Amino acid sequence: MIRIRNLTKRYGSFQVLTDCSLDVPDGRVLVICGPSGSGKSTLIKCINGLESFDEGSIEVDGISVGDPSARLPQLRAKVGMVFQQFELFPHLTVEQNLMLAPRRVLGRGRAEARDRAHALLDRVGLLDQAAKYPAALSGGQQQRVAIARGLAMDPGVMLFDEPTSSLDPEMIGEVLDVMIRLAETGMTMICVTHELGFARHVADEIVFMDGGRIVEAGSPEEFFTNTRTDRARRFLARLLYPGELAQAAHVERRLE
Amino acid sequence: MTMWNWDAFFGYLFSPFLLRGAWTTIWLTAASGAIGLALAGLVAAAMMSNVAALRRAAQVYVWLFRGTPLLVQLVIIYTGLPQIGLRFSVVASALIGLALNEAAYLAEVIRGAIQSIPRGQRNAGLALGLTPVQTMRDVLLPQAIRIMLPTLGNSLNGLLKTTSITSIISMEELLRRTNLLIQERFLTLELFVVASIYYLVMTSAWQIVQTRLEARYGRGHLRALDNAEQR
Ligand SMILES: Nc1ncnc2c1ncn2[C@@H]1O[C@H](COP(=O)(O)OP(=O)(O)OP(=O)(O)O)[C@@H](O)[C@H]1O
Ligand SMILES: [Mg+2]
Repeated sequence: MIRIRNLTKRYGSFQVLTDCSLDVPDGRVLVICGPSGSGKSTLIKCINGLESFDEGSIEVDGISVGDPSARLPQLRAKVGMVFQQFELFPHLTVEQNLMLAPRRVLGRGRAEARDRAHALLDRVGLLDQAAKYPAALSGGQQQRVAIARGLAMDPGVMLFDEPTSSLDPEMIGEVLDVMIRLAETGMTMICVTHELGFARHVADEIVFMDGGRIVEAGSPEEFFTNTRTDRARRFLARLLYPGELAQAAHVERRLE
Repeated sequence: MTMWNWDAFFGYLFSPFLLRGAWTTIWLTAASGAIGLALAGLVAAAMMSNVAALRRAAQVYVWLFRGTPLLVQLVIIYTGLPQIGLRFSVVASALIGLALNEAAYLAEVIRGAIQSIPRGQRNAGLALGLTPVQTMRDVLLPQAIRIMLPTLGNSLNGLLKTTSITSIISMEELLRRTNLLIQERFLTLELFVVASIYYLVMTSAWQIVQTRLEARYGRGHLRALDNAEQR
């Protein structure tokens, strides 16, 4: 359960987040979208304390993140995070990537951590890559390993920051598949993504951000069919039209 | 000018007196290198600290020791400091001077290597629940070591030869012992060739160690990957 109230953050005089409030009940999937620079990454980094904030409050399972006495490593151990650039540890093999934090933070033994790592790699279809180094894997494979690495800590929540944005188109599907299956298991998820298909079918709620504010929030049904604000409508149009225009141009060329 | 003296040459090549001098050079290099590296780690940490006073202190230290000759530093430590009541033995003075000097150079190398690692790696470590110290040790340092190993290796190679400067405060390392023998018999060329051979053996041995270390810390990176694939 995540509860964000009136979150405000500034970089010097620049206001990155203004008065953001959100609730993500257990087992729900929240999708955050919005134009570049709207503060999406900043917002989800505040949730696990990778960024500090100036006003408001964030609670994760009843623990207050901004509280100076909050033990951040303990809190972060319960919140998995997946990054746009994968961020696997290049000096460790795939299975070592999954074993490091469970051993250091949860105190698991080597054998136990390895068994768990192998089970998770199997789940994302990469058990045969366990002994390889990340550099030998494709982008899509690396991101699936990164998801498994987050899951190895048995987190209560998973945060995704544009997990498919730096992937070649043909690899996006394999990562989204893993995320869809994860959502089906009842994992609480917050996903910054522009994959509108994923948002439409998997999200319980969609939040649209612009200029550091939550401009619109609602069910996918509401958001896509009954977009309330102009800014969200323009954003969706920009995201949808380029593909459709290209298709139309393609069709026209075929007809000539 | 006399002829090259082969007998003297072979006699000195295995002279216990010179071999002990070479041994002094080796442990002086190892000890001052190790102390210097540890110190450099602390100075690098100070350079990256949030505390402005620490950053400033580290800057001044590096500026001071990189801006003056080692020779001068050694003489000040050995003969200057006793005047304010700080007396060090020859060995201690040599170790202190070499280590302080080495640390000033390596601090910058360590800082640069750590800061060259993408910020996302630190975030990934922290996000998994590792503490900042664990993140540094298990995530950032192993990658930084790969980046700085070539520089560290070259620096130790340089240090091996730089130790000869401590002969100025009468540290009995290889070069000073070579000079002592020259003063006895004036076989300058033979003795310097012998000393050079010693230095070459030492630097070559180190080169082998360095190559192995680089292969070890290069695991997961392209060149090492090819080897791993073949296994
Ligand atoms: N360390 C920083 N110092 C100053 N400004 C920053 C810093 N980090 C981010 N910003 C600014 O804050 C704003 C929000 O950044 P953020 O990364 O959260 O946006 P985003 O919505 O994730 O964008 P993108 O889609 O490009 O990832 C941007 O205008 C960015 O330039
Ligand atoms: Mg972002």
